[in-house]
Amino acid sequence: MGAVYRREMGAFFTSGLAYVFLAVFYIFSGYYFYNEVIAAGYTDTSPLFRDMFRIVLFLIPILTMRLLSEEKKNKTDQGLLTAPIGLWEIVMGKYFAAMTLYIIAESIIFVYAIVLGYLGDVVWATLLGNYFAMLLVGAAFIAVGLFVSSLTENQMTSAVVSMVILFFLYLFDSFADRFTWEWLYKLVTELSFYTRYIEFTQGVFNLTSVLFYISAAFIFNFLSVRVLEKKRWS
Amino acid sequence: MIEVRNLSKNYGDKQAVNNISFKVEKGEILGFLGPNGAGKSTTMNMLTGYISSNSGQILINGVDILEDPKKAKSYIGYLPEIPPLYTDMTVDGYLNFMFDLKKCKLPRRAHLDDVCGLCKITDVRKRLIKNLSKGYRQRVGLAQALINNPPVLILDEPTVGLDPKQIVEIRTLIKKLGKRHTVILSSHILPEIQAVCDRIIIINKGVVAADGTADDIAKNITNEHRMTMRIEGETHTAADKKAIADAVKKIKGVKYVRADMEREKGIYDYDIETDGKTDVRREINKLCGENGWNILMLQLSDMTLEDIFMKITVGESLDLSDEENEEKEKPKINIVFNDGDQPVAEEPGNDDAAEESNNGGEE
Repeated sequence: MGAVYRREMGAFFTSGLAYVFLAVFYIFSGYYFYNEVIAAGYTDTSPLFRDMFRIVLFLIPILTMRLLSEEKKNKTDQGLLTAPIGLWEIVMGKYFAAMTLYIIAESIIFVYAIVLGYLGDVVWATLLGNYFAMLLVGAAFIAVGLFVSSLTENQMTSAVVSMVILFFLYLFDSFADRFTWEWLYKLVTELSFYTRYIEFTQGVFNLTSVLFYISAAFIFNFLSVRVLEKKRWS
Repeated sequence: MIEVRNLSKNYGDKQAVNNISFKVEKGEILGFLGPNGAGKSTTMNMLTGYISSNSGQILINGVDILEDPKKAKSYIGYLPEIPPLYTDMTVDGYLNFMFDLKKCKLPRRAHLDDVCGLCKITDVRKRLIKNLSKGYRQRVGLAQALINNPPVLILDEPTVGLDPKQIVEIRTLIKKLGKRHTVILSSHILPEIQAVCDRIIIINKGVVAADGTADDIAKNITNEHRMTMRIEGETHTAADKKAIADAVKKIKGVKYVRADMEREKGIYDYDIETDGKTDVRREINKLCGENGWNILMLQLSDMTLEDIFMKITVGESLDLSDEENEEKEKPKINIVFNDGDQPVAEEPGNDDAAEESNNGGEE
């Protein structure tokens, strides 16, 4: 796992993808930070996190699009799959590489916290709560992106399909109001990534939601492993 | 070292590999020979655990590749048809990555220096792989396979796309490696296989068509002997040709006579095939003496690997017209390499013998 992880981290930076990802993330978070926190005169960072959800939706597919699709296209997967390592090690190496970059991006929030510290009192409880919520959403979304990347050989297809899926997951619960059946309404809202996330930004730390995101991450990583496995059998 | 039992693989309806069985002993260099699409790469991909088989069993060093894939894979160094290179890395970075990936316990610097020296890539170690020529990439691919000193090396068309000089270099390297590793290599270039391999398996349409040394295969495939004779008739006309051909055909043991081109004025060459049991040369000599004909030339033509290959692959697929087209292109390729490699093809006989005795001494 270490080897795959180190290689992916290296590839993020040599390909320039890391810089683009970090730059876009910092530009938008900086903009929201200024606009919704500093200029608005609050020290609560929740509005920043609420809006960053939509940005993350588009950024994560860019982070994950290459991970497995490129391997297949360049036939480098032959090197990985014939090496004496397990499929989980391959998938997790790549997953944690993407996670690391995501955490680097997200941790800019602590720089903002220092800035806020000069201007007033930082509400650490909501800031940390939001930070972890965003981390969890990222963990789930990166797993989704990685899974989609395992299905195709084309980076662009991988990015677009992941965006569509993530966007669907985001809009998922806005359909919920249309459902007249009680159970369907309940099911959809329970499975909503966005509702659970917004809950965090409103200051509610819900353990069920933490488990929900972690399970989603696990399930999609598991599916990625299955896709690699199935390719051997077909 | 490697044992394959009743291996089969289907891609949908198409049967790529059908019930293949063979064994490779330690220290052997085995050549996989077959036309394009015969199932060579599929077999190799199964041996290395990249794809799975539909049925059958593969044992690497006694370990089943499906039951304990990690252990079995750790015995293998694999160079696929397209070397699995990350073009955005430097050669050094890539080899270090493969070193980690294979969980190699050997001293890192010394081992990588070793491997690079062996593959002659020391001077490009700091360069990006995407800037390397095909020949260098192939060698980096080979270096990658050598990391961790695997007892088994599986090389899928290691010389494809290289220039003649590089081909000779890679071949020499493979022969050198054969002293320490068990090597399986595939190719559709015959002189290459002949030059490098101790044993040959010919695969055609997913089945083993022949297995053995080039000589063994020649004996098994055919027990006919062929020769070419140039006989001068009395009158130097086409009438001679018929008379000679008819007369030779009557000799006991001759199966087939065909008058070839007119090589000298009024003198023809004759291709003669015998049943392999009787030596007809004396009979023919006597016949010629009786009739006042002169034998100007006699050449025994034993079957070359190329003949065998054509016999196996073309002979059995004449009914399929599209297969036939594929085969027709082959000789061209071979002729090209044949010319360039003549000096190399001659050496191996001695080299092989020397290596084998070396091996025996070492172990």
